[in-house]
Amino acid sequence: MMMAEQTVAERTITLEVFRYRPEQESEPTFQTYEIPYREDWVVLDALNYIKDSVDGSLTYRWSCRMGVCGSCGMMVNGVPKLTCSTFLKDYYPRPIRIEPLANFPVARDLAIVLDDFMAKLVHVRPWIIRRQEEPLEAGEYRQTPEELDRYKHFSMCINCMLCYAACPIYGLEPEFVGPAAVALAQRYNLDSRDQGGRERMGILSTHEGIWACTLVGECTTVCPAEVDPAAAIQQAKLASALGWLRRVLVPWGNK
Amino acid sequence: MRAYSRPTEFNWWLTNRTYFFFVVRELTSVLIAAYMVFLLVLLRRLAAGPEAYAAYLRFLGSPGMLLFHLVALAAALYHSITWFRLAPMAITLRVRGRRVPGATVVAANYAAWLVVSLVVAWIVLRS
Amino acid sequence: MVDVLRHDLLIIGGGAAGLRAATAAAQLYPRLNIAIVSKVYPMRSHTVSAEGGAGGVIKSNDSLDEHIQDTISGSDWLADQDAVELFAREAPAELLQLEHWGCPWSREPDGSVAVRPFGGMQKERTWFAADKTGFHLLHTLFQTSLQFSSIRRYDEWFATRLVVENGRCQGVVAIELGSGQIRLISAGAVILATGGAGRVFPFTTNGAICTGDGMALAYRAGVPLKDMEFVQYHPTGLPGTGILITEAARGEGGILVNKDGYRYLQDYGLGPPDPWPRLRAMELGPRDKLSQCFVYEMQKGRTITGPYGDIVYLDVRHLGEKKIDEKIPFVRELARKYVGIDPVHDPIPVRPVVHYMMGGVHTDAQGATPLPGLYAAGEVACVSINGANRLGSNSLSECLVFGTRAGRAAAAFALERPAADFAALETQARDEERRITATFLRAEGTERVSTLRQEMQLAMESGCGIFRDEASLQETCNRLARARGRFMRLRLDDRSRVYNTELVAALELDFMLDAAEAVAYSALARTESRGSHQRTDHPQRDDARFLKHTLAYRTGGAPRVDYLDVAITRWPPAQRVYGG
Repeated sequence: MMMAEQTVAERTITLEVFRYRPEQESEPTFQTYEIPYREDWVVLDALNYIKDSVDGSLTYRWSCRMGVCGSCGMMVNGVPKLTCSTFLKDYYPRPIRIEPLANFPVARDLAIVLDDFMAKLVHVRPWIIRRQEEPLEAGEYRQTPEELDRYKHFSMCINCMLCYAACPIYGLEPEFVGPAAVALAQRYNLDSRDQGGRERMGILSTHEGIWACTLVGECTTVCPAEVDPAAAIQQAKLASALGWLRRVLVPWGNK
Repeated sequence: MRAYSRPTEFNWWLTNRTYFFFVVRELTSVLIAAYMVFLLVLLRRLAAGPEAYAAYLRFLGSPGMLLFHLVALAAALYHSITWFRLAPMAITLRVRGRRVPGATVVAANYAAWLVVSLVVAWIVLRS
Repeated sequence: MVDVLRHDLLIIGGGAAGLRAATAAAQLYPRLNIAIVSKVYPMRSHTVSAEGGAGGVIKSNDSLDEHIQDTISGSDWLADQDAVELFAREAPAELLQLEHWGCPWSREPDGSVAVRPFGGMQKERTWFAADKTGFHLLHTLFQTSLQFSSIRRYDEWFATRLVVENGRCQGVVAIELGSGQIRLISAGAVILATGGAGRVFPFTTNGAICTGDGMALAYRAGVPLKDMEFVQYHPTGLPGTGILITEAARGEGGILVNKDGYRYLQDYGLGPPDPWPRLRAMELGPRDKLSQCFVYEMQKGRTITGPYGDIVYLDVRHLGEKKIDEKIPFVRELARKYVGIDPVHDPIPVRPVVHYMMGGVHTDAQGATPLPGLYAAGEVACVSINGANRLGSNSLSECLVFGTRAGRAAAAFALERPAADFAALETQARDEERRITATFLRAEGTERVSTLRQEMQLAMESGCGIFRDEASLQETCNRLARARGRFMRLRLDDRSRVYNTELVAALELDFMLDAAEAVAYSALARTESRGSHQRTDHPQRDDARFLKHTLAYRTGGAPRVDYLDVAITRWPPAQRVYGG
């Protein structure tokens, strides 16, 4: 009540930032920074201000600052976000809590260890698989705009891993292959040029593949690229179930 | 290089609205399963003869059982509505090259539900 | 004690050029042991933010000669014509290879690959994947590379020095960022694919990682940097952030207007304004001219003053919502998010921002530098196919064509001449470890990384921008030299080992100062105007003295500047003509 209103020149905002320096401490701590508030700043701008002018030891990842490289994912007030696309004005004047992405081990401060995701990415075989490669001289594989549309949104994944941070199943069962990996597998399964659907379905139709998913749906909610990984997983489940049914009812129908 | 692990807390489902309603949705299946048990017992009592059947009906009419059935009905409705809402995720239909909108898939599910309910109601109530 | 890892071929940089080099080498020589060292995970490479497209001749109404001609005139005749010829010839096959690997190129209704018009091109030949071409290209290449078990990646390893022994490059010293340990990777051949150096300027489309690392690594190994003075300003970046608004917005028909709503480009030889859109005219003119026209308008007081400096408007409203969402959806998303306007209803505020370095490590058409065993491809290299100004959509194709060439050439070299002098290499690595500890991890010092970086950036913007003169360039050179002096007194807040990103920032600043010095001194020495290098004190193009590439060699002080003739084959120098 007796607080003077902050003038434009001196408006500040408080950031509570997760710190973990393995050479100094065995447990993480939180460090509070009060920094200038700017109407058009994103959380990443605030972190850069801290690193440049206040505390150069704060470690975090970033690069493109336009939401396409996927580097800057962090928990902002408990919600996985890209800090380059999260505006301070949506939180001001309340403090903002910044932590590394949930469900991943922390290497240092706000930087997580990505090894698990990188392994899962390779595991689902995210490349065009064909029985027979056409020569380049034959020109492009024809693909109509409708065929492209079938998998296009699944191809938009920027590998930011916000979906893994949002998925409670991945938190409880770390062997779960995860939303982005399944979305990328489906991106190839649905690509008219690909012939590796059988192979990938074998990999996905396991417990730690698609069947661990219980359709919480948070992955799709937090995805900044509108990939809709939850849909990818449910479609894969349907395809897998139908495939199983077909094999059981029509066993002689397989090639 | 000691990475720090933050395992999921036991109260994870209380930290977020979506997580909470997800767990509620999953728990509805428990209530639905319980309802199925009572239904199966009903069939068994029916086969055991008129006194057993009548006694069971009196039991089902008790306040506790009525309350259970109301709660189980609410759970089943919530279960169905959330299921329908998520149906377009799994079912992608294309008609003449264009994607069928999610709303249409949801509406079709409701329509089918209504039709089946009407048929069952007619069968049950006409006698 | 420094750990040594041995490979046949080493590639520094995991973007389009680096990944293409790796896959080309892996396909041709399946037993070759290939390493990719990248300071970021490959999906974060700056290729990811390219939007508009990749140029390659495929339509029947087009020809290789026309692509070559457009590129050469776009370069203001500084491109090496033999290299441009092979570039145009090989680009379509490279783009097809990407298609076979799954790149989701946008299509015509009949399923064939679609192309769109782009600046400075007389025919439509820019292949595109909506307006996220670089993103799709990078992810396709990266995911394809995962198939090759012969490619071993070292993600988040920062290369600090090339090891040169016995007159050839035999590897690199790198910091494994996760642990802070210094390692040596030896190889028979090394390919630099580290991208550009836009971050030496304050406003750039470039991401944080574009700090000229490979340019400085080569420079310090005695390799000259070529044509560094030619820095491309992209005409349409968002004010303040510098975020890129793709040329494709103009390719689809977008227009640039000043504060009076007037399409000002017609006043500068790019008109008439109608019919529109029209190839090589108005808003589809070359980038250097469009950026220069902005400055002329600003000098006449016809630009709009905004909170982040002067702007003009890019208007796409007349395209309609359907076309915008179909062809340039990312533009709409970026405008809404970062400047709060919807391009369907309002024009987008834009201004020129630094975007691409035409200059770089001097290579031949095989990607080979003068140092045996060292190759370079992509934006880090200067072959040169872009000369004094690059045409939009040539860069992604360039990464693929020269990535493949460098990959194959370097692999062949490595097979013939594997690395040998391991004892000497290890000694160099230990020296480098000592140097890093002594320079960066000591407690004394007074200067902050961010202060010096900002000083460098401001010096470059004020004296070495779109228009330059001797006085402004000399001032920039002096300021850079002083910044270099102050760099000796750097002090980091973070002197730990594990994932020390302040150390990374300091190493990058070290590299950026080298790149900036090469740019500024090369610009000072070139007393003519050509393409993106405009001297108000020497406003004419001077083919008699300067139809040559600038070569800048590192010395203890100001770089030594030398010149190399441009290769002319079938297109004798002429005036660049657009519009009409």
